[in-house]
Amino acid sequence: MDISQILFYALSALALGSAIMVVISRNPVHSVLWLIITFFAISGHYILMNAQFLGIVNLIVYAGAIMVLFLFVIMLMNLNAETEPQKNKWLKLAGVVAGGCLLLVMVAALKQAEVKGQVAMLGTGDIGLIKNLGQALFTDYVVPFEISSVLFLSAMVGAVVIGKK
Amino acid sequence: MLIERYIYLAIALFCIGIVGVLARRNAIIIFMCIELMLNAVNLLLVAFSKMHYAVGVAKNATAGIDGQLFVFFIMVVAAAEVSVGLAIIVMMYRNTHSVDVNFLNRLKH
Repeated sequence: MDISQILFYALSALALGSAIMVVISRNPVHSVLWLIITFFAISGHYILMNAQFLGIVNLIVYAGAIMVLFLFVIMLMNLNAETEPQKNKWLKLAGVVAGGCLLLVMVAALKQAEVKGQVAMLGTGDIGLIKNLGQALFTDYVVPFEISSVLFLSAMVGAVVIGKK
Repeated sequence: MLIERYIYLAIALFCIGIVGVLARRNAIIIFMCIELMLNAVNLLLVAFSKMHYAVGVAKNATAGIDGQLFVFFIMVVAAAEVSVGLAIIVMMYRNTHSVDVNFLNRLKH
């Protein structure tokens, strides 16, 4: 077992464990902090696959900007474990059973998949570097890139209009 | 690394997000679980992009680069979604003084 495999399993365990803690922790602030750890683990996966640009963007955009926005809103509302709304026990159990059934169905569907046995190469390849990604982004994908700027503008206007009421 | 390990990991993360959406009532936690599901899909897209790179690099030096660009656009859309969604949650809190999604059934009146 070489170092990249050990890193893969460690990062996977970290991502799954902290994702479970996001769901089960009572205090919303703790949920946000666990979700940040999950995003760090996923960024580690990206860097392990040599997708360096996405790894850094994931850290800056998700763990940096979006999670700080969540934390800001939670602290603005002064939410904590006491004000946490509780569902009754059976509804929670039904949610867990439904999610478990989805997991079971997806894993069973994968049993016959034709991609089985193919390899995602770790640590090699230069398609994840910013030079190649930027070249593809500004040649083949330049129209979606410009449209996404309009999307951001409309999201900004929407947030301001909703917030001003 | 075999691709199915990444698929199992992404399925597990996605299902944890589904359980969070179904079992919690706090609107902000539900929103965070949606982000978790988006990230599970992003991870799978990058893994498949590396798989296609391994298969097609002999013919095309940038095989599989589309997957990583899709991840970039998903991040863009997620950022826009969060800004609008959190504004909606703040407005809901101002009107009902709670983030319990069950209070949202008042929307029908």
